[in-house]
Amino acid sequence: MEKKVLEAKNIVKYFHDPISIQVLKNVQFSLNQGEFASIIGKSGCGKSTLLYILSTMDTDFEGEVWIDGVSTTGKKEAELAKIRHEKIGFVFQFHYLLNEFTVLKNVMLPGEKLGNYSKQEIEHRAMEKLRILGIEKEALKKPNQLSGGQKQRVAIARSLINDPIIIMGDEPTGNLDKKNSDIVFNIFKELAESYQQTLLIVTHDNEFAQNTHRIIEMVDGEIVRS
Amino acid sequence: MNFKLLYEISVSLLLARWKQTLVAAIGVTFSITMFVALLSFMTGLNDLLDGLILNRTPHIRLYNELKPNETQPINSTNKQLGTYNFIQSIKPSNKGLQIQGAGAIIKSLQLDPRVLGVAPKIVCQGFYQVGSTDLTGVINGIDVAEENRLFKFSDYVVDGNYQDLKNTPNSIVLGKGAAETMLVQVGDIVQITSTKGVKMQLKVVGFFRSGLQDIDKVQSFTSLKTAQKLLGEGNNYISDIQIKLHDILQAPTIAKEYQKLYGVDAIDIQTANSQFETGSKVRTIISFTVGITLLIVAGFGIYNILNMMIYEKMDSIAILKASGFSGKDVKAVFIGIAVSIGIFGGGLGLLSGFGLSALIDQIPFETASLPTIKTYPINYNPNFYIIGGIFSIITTYFAGYFPARKASQIDPVIIIRGK
Repeated sequence: MEKKVLEAKNIVKYFHDPISIQVLKNVQFSLNQGEFASIIGKSGCGKSTLLYILSTMDTDFEGEVWIDGVSTTGKKEAELAKIRHEKIGFVFQFHYLLNEFTVLKNVMLPGEKLGNYSKQEIEHRAMEKLRILGIEKEALKKPNQLSGGQKQRVAIARSLINDPIIIMGDEPTGNLDKKNSDIVFNIFKELAESYQQTLLIVTHDNEFAQNTHRIIEMVDGEIVRS
Repeated sequence: MNFKLLYEISVSLLLARWKQTLVAAIGVTFSITMFVALLSFMTGLNDLLDGLILNRTPHIRLYNELKPNETQPINSTNKQLGTYNFIQSIKPSNKGLQIQGAGAIIKSLQLDPRVLGVAPKIVCQGFYQVGSTDLTGVINGIDVAEENRLFKFSDYVVDGNYQDLKNTPNSIVLGKGAAETMLVQVGDIVQITSTKGVKMQLKVVGFFRSGLQDIDKVQSFTSLKTAQKLLGEGNNYISDIQIKLHDILQAPTIAKEYQKLYGVDAIDIQTANSQFETGSKVRTIISFTVGITLLIVAGFGIYNILNMMIYEKMDSIAILKASGFSGKDVKAVFIGIAVSIGIFGGGLGLLSGFGLSALIDQIPFETASLPTIKTYPINYNPNFYIIGGIFSIITTYFAGYFPARKASQIDPVIIIRGK
């Protein structure tokens, strides 16, 4: 049996403001190493909420999340931050790069923060990630000099810098045109197939989802297909 | 915590918006400049005004006051219970103004560790005679060297040389006003008649100007010996002993002590010049109020600019937090930014504050009352610079601390999902 990277057990989540609404109802699924999965569903079905719970940023829920064989239940904020930092890479709809730094530095920052490697090594690794994504030429530019697609690729490179066991994306292609979406999709696919990278992507884009290995569809806080 | 990385981030954030950084730093610079320059100038003026009194007034003066005897003879013979003596038309007793045993008193005073210096003085009433008219005058016999050391006598001698008073026998330093009335020049001879009837020819060796016309018309100075001759007294006659202390604040208690010890009247500077005390206190309060107001206004300015800066960087903060930086790191980054603005702006402020003070120091300021003062007075007290420097760091720290704390509590999910 393949290694389980992420497992969600009976996740229940309520929003209490302004009135109590159950957003997630007994969500249960697991993800194996190297799987390229997408979560689809209509707006408000709870897919982003689920993603933030899985990413440990949201801790106000019932049920259990296991990441890399470790339960997150009952862990302190600092421990969760460490898990998030070491094991999860994020790609958001908006690129969220810091315009004050070069592309290379943006990619290096989370690595330098983690401090597992020397600075030279982190720089070398960052360049390698940029090369995988085909933007090593832009390394010394500032993010505001890049196109939207390039920025998103830098953001992906940044999410890879600490060799996370899973990459989570919240509509990573939401702001991109068809051409750039395809580029980003192909990168994800390559990461999954060549580097055994596990990916979990929330998306609106059905075409994008069709091409992933596995589609998890949600309706009103429940998984209807996985 | 990885300080080097945080430092790098702070520097990048600072330089990325260097214009805004500069504005914030200039705000700090300006307020520190004004604080240092204003306080230096105000305390300079204050010291000058204090000096007007303090330089010329002894901290304690020992003298004999003309007053009626406290124990009238009748009281010692008639002491029956229940009876009272009502005595009318009491006159002051004529025990003389001389301080008995002045030489011994001065010697023992000089051994007192609290005493900075002692200068004997003889006050002598008399007339300057010009042609057929007499001008009343007060001739002070002084010990020239001590008078100059303790009361900066030379500062007020405007023409001639004060040293000649000691070196030339039978010489006098005339008040400027009196000299003008008598139309005499340095080197002329004036005739003085004392109230005891002694007439003397004295050579004018200099003019004295205190700044108060009424005093300059009356006062003049001569040596102790000449004054003793004018009064027809022996060479141990002293009417006043002027004392300067190391600590002026002790004057009232020490004055009381001497009064008991030496059996003479003693008056301290605080009692003799209570209006000066009040004035000095009020001026000090004013300068401190102005200084503190400046610093507080500056503090709010810095707070506003930094607060704005942090709101603008909200996104960056969210990204930093999402990419693994803790709230503590974010706080350190922003406090670092704030404090470096404080250090840079404050340092520049101290320098330009010094420059501005030096500039004010060059502005001409001539006044009749202060012959030695040529430019506006400045007090280069290092304490102002220390206070200014510490303040700029403390205010920027707090101005950065509160917004930084807010920044550290930002939930990245809220900002990221809000897009």
